[in-house]
Amino acid sequence: MDAIILQILNGLDKGSAYALIALGLTLIFGTLGVVNFAHGALFMIGAFCAVTLSRILTLSHTVIDETQKDFLGNPLKVDVPYIYDIFGQQTGDAIIDWAVPISILFAIPVMVGIGFAMERGLIKHFYKRPHADQILVTFGLAIVLQEIIKYFYGANPIPTPAPDAFRGSFDFGAMLGFDPNTIIYPYWRLVYFAFSAVIIGAVFAFLQFTTFGMVVRAGMADRETVGLLGINIDKRFTIMFGIAAAVAGLAGVMYAPINSPNYHMGMDFLVLSFVVVVVGGMGSLSGAVLAGFLLGILESFASMAVVLEILPGINQIIIYLVAIIILLTRPRGLMGRKGVMEE
Amino acid sequence: MSKSNFTRRGLIKTGAVAGAAGLSLPTYLRADGHSGFTNAPTGDTVTLGFNVPQSGPYADEGADELRAFELAVEHLNGGGDGGMMQTFSSKALQGNGILGKKVEYVSGDTQTKSDAARASARSMIEKDGAIMITGGSSSGVAVAVQALCQEAGVIFMAGLTHSNDTTGKDKKANGFRHFFNSYMSGAALAPVLAAQYGKDRKAYHLTADYNWGYTTQEAVQSSTEAMGWETVNAVLTPLTQTDFSSYIAPVLQSGADVLVLNHYGGNMVNSLTNAVQFGLRDKEVNGKKFEIVVPLYSELMARGAGANIKGIFGSQNWDWKLENQLGARYVGTNAFVQSFGEKYGFPPSQAAHTCYVQTLLYADAVERAGSFNPCAVVEALEGFEFDGMGNGPTLYRADDHQCFKDVVVVKGKENPENEYDLVEIVEVTPTEQVTYEPDHPQMAGGQLGECNPGA
Repeated sequence: MDAIILQILNGLDKGSAYALIALGLTLIFGTLGVVNFAHGALFMIGAFCAVTLSRILTLSHTVIDETQKDFLGNPLKVDVPYIYDIFGQQTGDAIIDWAVPISILFAIPVMVGIGFAMERGLIKHFYKRPHADQILVTFGLAIVLQEIIKYFYGANPIPTPAPDAFRGSFDFGAMLGFDPNTIIYPYWRLVYFAFSAVIIGAVFAFLQFTTFGMVVRAGMADRETVGLLGINIDKRFTIMFGIAAAVAGLAGVMYAPINSPNYHMGMDFLVLSFVVVVVGGMGSLSGAVLAGFLLGILESFASMAVVLEILPGINQIIIYLVAIIILLTRPRGLMGRKGVMEE
Repeated sequence: MSKSNFTRRGLIKTGAVAGAAGLSLPTYLRADGHSGFTNAPTGDTVTLGFNVPQSGPYADEGADELRAFELAVEHLNGGGDGGMMQTFSSKALQGNGILGKKVEYVSGDTQTKSDAARASARSMIEKDGAIMITGGSSSGVAVAVQALCQEAGVIFMAGLTHSNDTTGKDKKANGFRHFFNSYMSGAALAPVLAAQYGKDRKAYHLTADYNWGYTTQEAVQSSTEAMGWETVNAVLTPLTQTDFSSYIAPVLQSGADVLVLNHYGGNMVNSLTNAVQFGLRDKEVNGKKFEIVVPLYSELMARGAGANIKGIFGSQNWDWKLENQLGARYVGTNAFVQSFGEKYGFPPSQAAHTCYVQTLLYADAVERAGSFNPCAVVEALEGFEFDGMGNGPTLYRADDHQCFKDVVVVKGKENPENEYDLVEIVEVTPTEQVTYEPDHPQMAGGQLGECNPGA
């Protein structure tokens, strides 16, 4: 029982990342009809927003310490962050410690800006082109973004820790009356799960309860009619692209402490997220979220040693296996609508 | 178990004889019997092929390898301060290229993929006329490129490749490896682990699901079990895995009190980060503090893992602090660090070191053989004993073309003094303890075959 609870927790967490990326993908697909293969890159850029802010906060000037030597035997150069000069060491350290959560504020305008630039600069020229063209151009863009990040940040993972207060883990099992050490869960993963829930809730509320959202939903259903009513649906869709980029970016920012950001992390998530979108049903926001969590949990169960003993290698194919089964039985996915991507 | 009986005195004698006469080894004459060989240099230059990951997850490692290769070429051509050419026991290299021909190079991108690596190596051999291929940062790549070089008739001087198979079941007469291997990591680590953590331990292995992962798990498992450890479970993890939480979380439920991460590069950074997040290192199991072990360490990985690497044991082929901390046995280390540090502004990684050494060893073998013919080079390298390359006295064993030298056992430094000071040397395991028979079960199954000079 404890093993099952543990893997469900793990799955929720993994599912959070899938769901957030798939949600953004579906928003873009639902509003603009564009299959955005650069969405994983937006997630990666989000994580690098956290890296960048950490670097900005730790920008330093060099002080020569004659009492110590560097690796070549020269006097040691010690880097002192500018933030110490402004706030003092104690406050400076606290600000640096909280770099990841602070990055949310930094990432929102950056991601929305990148989203706008992408949509106005490139994607809009492909609205009327076939999906294959859209996939090619967005995939190309993903590679370009990836290479830019690699050029500036290198290929190695960059540690971007969570604030001290959220490091470590707590004994969930002991709290539920199980043996100690059986269900351990890291604090930051709980934060990530809660954060995802808030973001998903906010996106749904925005679409459901605002006039803007209502118009966007109407545009998703019938773009031409909404246009004929004199509403500038294109402008709203551009804003939606910015919002989708921000969702992916924020998912990346908060993911940075879970796994050190590297330039290809977006690609690692992209294919899985597309499977999530397809399983959930193309164009269905709730389907994307549901499938994200479902596949995350299934993947966790498939990684259990006891399962691998019976079905070796199942951990590598479970998601695709489930996708095949679901698509064979429900060709439009779990919550897909009729007419989406169907000729 | 075979024991190499070469000694420092013997080595100096060999070096002196080889250095003074250069032609004293009659077997080299056999090379002259070959009518021709692939890419025989005809002009006043010779081209080497540096095949490194310039994209993909090991691109930073590849970049460091390339820096080392460029430094080696500079030194071979008489530029810079000469680096380890000054400390190398063989004095055949004069700083005037190789056999008087100026060294040029071409580079290719392996992408850390076997097919891409073979394609770029083939291009360097066929289009650029490379006479020797070196580099790489993956055992899968090394095995694939080594086989290609054997077919093409050029020498392959492996870069970073740690799988037993490279000089075990997949060994080839045209291929040589300076880097250590999984068996050596296991043999060096196990006694240190037993001394640190006790002989009554239960280990849980997470293993990267490919060639290198298998041989590393096998080596560490058999070495630690020989010390009394029990292996409670071993789980394969996909290479593409980025979040290891579902593999890490059940470890505490398994009754294990040690987690061995047979992971490398980004995989290891992520799995270790996840393990620390799940609080494994703060736990007590079976009345003992829970421990994590990383069999193959690298400075670049340590940097990626950040503070999570502190106190974690592993093994390395070489470390830039060796000579400063353990004395003149590791002469050459400081010369290389000085050269590399002056040129690039930071200390070299072990990947850079092994690639630099391989290039010098190849050039030296050609000089001693008096010929670029791959078969002459093979003969010059087989059984070659040398010193002054930073690892102490070293033997290039003829049976499998594997270098035998001391293995460095390290752990993540608790209080680093600077960003390069991440790894602390705990012990150096002497060569004798990491030497094995050529037909050891972990290596068995392949044939070295005959050298192939190609055309």
